[in-house]
Amino acid sequence: MTEPNDGKVEELLKQSIRPVNHELQGDLWPKMLGRLQERRTAMPWFDWVLLAALALWLCLAPGTIPLLLYHL
Amino acid sequence: MPVLEQPAELLEQFALGDLGAFETLFREFEDEVFRWIVRIVRDPGVAEDLTIETFWRIYRAHARFDPKRSFGAWARRIATNVALDHVKIARPEVALPDDSPGPILPDAAVQRDIRERVAAAFSQLPAKLRVAATLALVEKQPYKEIADCLGISVGAVKLRVFRALRLLRKSLKQQGIEP
Repeated sequence: MTEPNDGKVEELLKQSIRPVNHELQGDLWPKMLGRLQERRTAMPWFDWVLLAALALWLCLAPGTIPLLLYHL
Repeated sequence: MPVLEQPAELLEQFALGDLGAFETLFREFEDEVFRWIVRIVRDPGVAEDLTIETFWRIYRAHARFDPKRSFGAWARRIATNVALDHVKIARPEVALPDDSPGPILPDAAVQRDIRERVAAAFSQLPAKLRVAATLALVEKQPYKEIADCLGISVGAVKLRVFRALRLLRKSLKQQGIEP
């Protein structure tokens, strides 16, 4: 499956890709916690759609407001 | 990446959505997930962000986690997907150099120029091939481990590496570089 000069290409590739530091600098938990809190407070898009639909409904049919309040 | 065994109780708590259990697992695995991602994306800053993204996906998917299975292997699989998604959309960091012959350069400069051209040509390869070749050839990760993380067979990993080398050789040939 390999050709003789595949090894040379491989060697050239290894020389050309710069090494990277594999060690993690510091603790990522505070960032993670921030991300979790940020997402918890964010309202999902479908909630906004429901809210918009409700507002539209109430504008179009204000007579249903007492009915809605009664059911709440 | 060594797969550490976690107490069954901790994994069950995590699967139920317990934040404390998640924190314990996060602290246990953040280094390993980061190391795996940085091997793929080659940028520690980006790897940190992707580690957070990986654990965010892990946390969201807690209900789908089977506590009888290895958390480490699951996390590594998600990390690989996150890193691969990034590699697919990230723009190559180096542009492919002009094919036209430039001025005659001294030997060290020629070598540097060749390395830059190889890196540029490699960055133009399809993300899937690049990731397989980086992990297998540059990072010397076992084929079995790469296959598990990518969710493909060992044969498929070897094929991707082979195709990556072929495409790279073709690209270099077009630029007048004969390895």
